[in-house]
Amino acid sequence: MATKRITGSQAVILSLLEEGVDTIFGYPGGAIMPIYDALYDFDKQVTHILTRHEQGAIHAAEGYAKVTGKAGVCFATSGPGATNLITGIADAMIDSIPLVCITGQVASPLLGTDAFQESDVVGISMPVTKWNYQITTADEIPGAIAKAFYLAQSGRPGPVLLDIAKDAQFQEVDYEYKKCTKIRSYIPEQPVDPFKVKEAADLIDGAKKPLLLFGQGVIIANAEEELKQFVEKTGIPAAWTLLGLSAMPTDHPLNVGMLGMHGNYGPNIKTNEADLIIAVGMRFDDRVTGKVSEYAKNAKIVHLEVDPAEIDKIIKTDVAVLGNAKKSLAMLTGNVKENRHEAWLQEFRDCDKIEQEKVIKKDTYPEKAGLTMGEAVRITSEIAKHDAVLVTDVGQQQMIASRYFKFTQSKSNVTSGGLGTMGYGVPAAMGAQLGAKGRTVCCFVGDGGFQMTIQELGTIVQNKLPVKIILLNNNFLGMVRQWQQLFFEKRYSFTELQNPDFIMIGKGFGMEGHKVTKREELEDGIQRMMDHDGPYLLEVVVEKEDNVFPMVPSGASVSDIILEA
Amino acid sequence: MKQEFIITIYSENHIGLLNRITINFTRRKINIESLTVSESAIHGVSKFTIVIKETEDRVKKVVRQLEKVVEVLKAFYHTNDEMVYQEIALYKVPTEALYESDDIENLVRKNGARILEITKEFTVIEKTGHKTETQEMFDALNQFGVLQFIRSGRVAITRDPIERLSEFLKERDDLLNQVD
Ligand SMILES: Cc1cc2nc3c(=O)[nH]c(=O)nc-3n(C[C@H](O)[C@H](O)[C@H](O)COP(=O)(O)OP(=O)(O)OC[C@H]3O[C@@H](n4cnc5c(N)ncnc54)[C@H](O)[C@@H]3O)c2cc1C
Ligand SMILES: Cc1ncc(C[n+]2csc(CCOP(=O)(O)OP(=O)(O)O)c2C)c(N)n1
Ligand SMILES: [Mg+2]
Repeated sequence: MATKRITGSQAVILSLLEEGVDTIFGYPGGAIMPIYDALYDFDKQVTHILTRHEQGAIHAAEGYAKVTGKAGVCFATSGPGATNLITGIADAMIDSIPLVCITGQVASPLLGTDAFQESDVVGISMPVTKWNYQITTADEIPGAIAKAFYLAQSGRPGPVLLDIAKDAQFQEVDYEYKKCTKIRSYIPEQPVDPFKVKEAADLIDGAKKPLLLFGQGVIIANAEEELKQFVEKTGIPAAWTLLGLSAMPTDHPLNVGMLGMHGNYGPNIKTNEADLIIAVGMRFDDRVTGKVSEYAKNAKIVHLEVDPAEIDKIIKTDVAVLGNAKKSLAMLTGNVKENRHEAWLQEFRDCDKIEQEKVIKKDTYPEKAGLTMGEAVRITSEIAKHDAVLVTDVGQQQMIASRYFKFTQSKSNVTSGGLGTMGYGVPAAMGAQLGAKGRTVCCFVGDGGFQMTIQELGTIVQNKLPVKIILLNNNFLGMVRQWQQLFFEKRYSFTELQNPDFIMIGKGFGMEGHKVTKREELEDGIQRMMDHDGPYLLEVVVEKEDNVFPMVPSGASVSDIILEA
Repeated sequence: MKQEFIITIYSENHIGLLNRITINFTRRKINIESLTVSESAIHGVSKFTIVIKETEDRVKKVVRQLEKVVEVLKAFYHTNDEMVYQEIALYKVPTEALYESDDIENLVRKNGARILEITKEFTVIEKTGHKTETQEMFDALNQFGVLQFIRSGRVAITRDPIERLSEFLKERDDLLNQVD
């Protein structure tokens, strides 16, 4: 293949184009200026979104990756630019989000001299990247970028970082691009072992009270159809983790709801009654298991997982089926008998009734004076015909939105699960909107988290991204306040906020919006937001001291889930 | 129960890898008792030998995490009984002490140690063995005043007839070819 002589910076951009990159989120500065200069000539081929903070760029890249399944790409300069990415990289690491981050670095002769804006980015990011690498000569660039995309997107995905010294950006290179498809020391996924599948199938066929738990692995694997076929053939009730949301339609008759601390009543208490747990692409996070020593004690455990390190990490398995869930689920469906579990399923429906009475009705159709988060979420989901992308920040609003928003298609839930990063919502929503052009993106955010990345309203307006931001304002760091109320004798230590006029701030950025304080205004308000052609900020003033229930108190067993205080 | 384990890691020889490996221990607050890195029998493949005191369950989990490091080819753990291992120790003693009695000479003979260098001021003695043995030698020599002492990290070898890495590399190639 013919090579051409170009600069390292041009090689960066051409390599990204080879990987099909259409959107880059970033922020320029001295050490990455040659790359930005090269980018200037490619505005037809690739969209660059200038955020207002590097944290905005990285969360936007995460949002983009979540809805597209492709790696999100992010640029930042050396020193403070790069360190501002770290929270988002850590977030992507724990939630297995594919990202390729490119940071500028001081020129290679200056490395280690405390040069201006030098920081050891490879060292700092090492614990929170799947792989990272420092480039000091231009000829390393195409190979390193190819490797970066391969690693970010294959196997269990994750963030990777390339730190490119400024002199390498200027240097010339004989450019030639070859995609990476194999690395000797890296096995992205194991081939599925048919004997393990058979063992699992036998357990499944013999189970009286089987329960399937599915997580984000199903979405990463694009195994939604395989999951559906498996549950429909076996009649097994299936519950999702927070990150498994949208992998199956909410209203599928076998979808029994959400697991874990603020999940649904049925799947939590039934976990400890089940005689078989089939876990697919989920990692038994402590928010899901509660007290591990009392978790699923009556059940045998089958675990379908791509990452061998997840097997037996938290919960001891009886049969581990390693490999890509898309393949293992399909093989499993081929091996199991058709079955129905009507009586067992009815037990979940009975639990639902209890939860409806004790929690859901009060949350979503409240009779008290103050507005609830639940009704705002319910109405938004209805007006969006249950087909929007849900983006949430972290806290009570995240839990309520995850409980009451409904889904019809996959890759429609964008939230920070493992790290629980406040400030994630607004920037992730703009990334999600760029990845899911034409779809409605609804972002629920609390008054605390909103103020952590509020500057990104500027980016949203500048780029005319029609995201719908619903600020659920309880004037509190609500989730922390809830814990203070329940476990710290209502000692509200530093959780009440004096908030600004959010709508005026929005207007300052050029964003339309209005504030709703009464029930009569709510539905119209949401409708107005949805009808508006462009980004919109709707502030809903909700009850200050509402709590999220059900709740598995931390350290308690899932069967000790409480429905009310 | 915590006990000594020897972790052996085969990896590509890349910059920064030592850090990527050790953060897995630091993160779990596991102390590294000893660490040795060198090229293995296969050109370009490095071999880490790391000794830690831990429960088997924790060791197993750390080893699985180590195997996830992109440049790591394979990681194993073994108990002390399962491996043949050695450490090397160097002792610097005042040469005067050798003139004054036969004690040091006897210690060297009895311990299978050897003398590497003698100058007017000091003598350097080398002993290989397990930590307890090199420590005993240190305690004995210290009666005469050890001027300097250094002990290496552990090197260890399995009781298998061949370096298992070549098999693993082959297995990996088969795996890589199966998955597309
Ligand atoms: C305030 C707050 C409250 C929370 N409350 C809850 C709660 O009530 N309930 C809840 O569920 N979570 C809750 N969470 C989220 C929780 O912390 C975890 O992030 C979440 O449970 C993880 O879900 P997961 O295991 O599905 O996803 P991940 O953590 O992303 O794990 C996915 C798993 O799938 C595997 N995988 C990836 N690709 C494949 C593939 N191709 N084939 C097979 N396997 C694959 C991965 O290796 C990994 O093990 C809460 C978070 C916050 C911030
Ligand atoms: C960056 C960060 N800091 C602190 C926390 C701890 N935390 C979790 S939820 C929460 C309160 C969030 O308040 P708000 O954004 O108003 O949402 P609400 O719970 O009121 O809906 C806090 C402080 C966090 N998750 N992330
Ligand atoms: Mg709040």
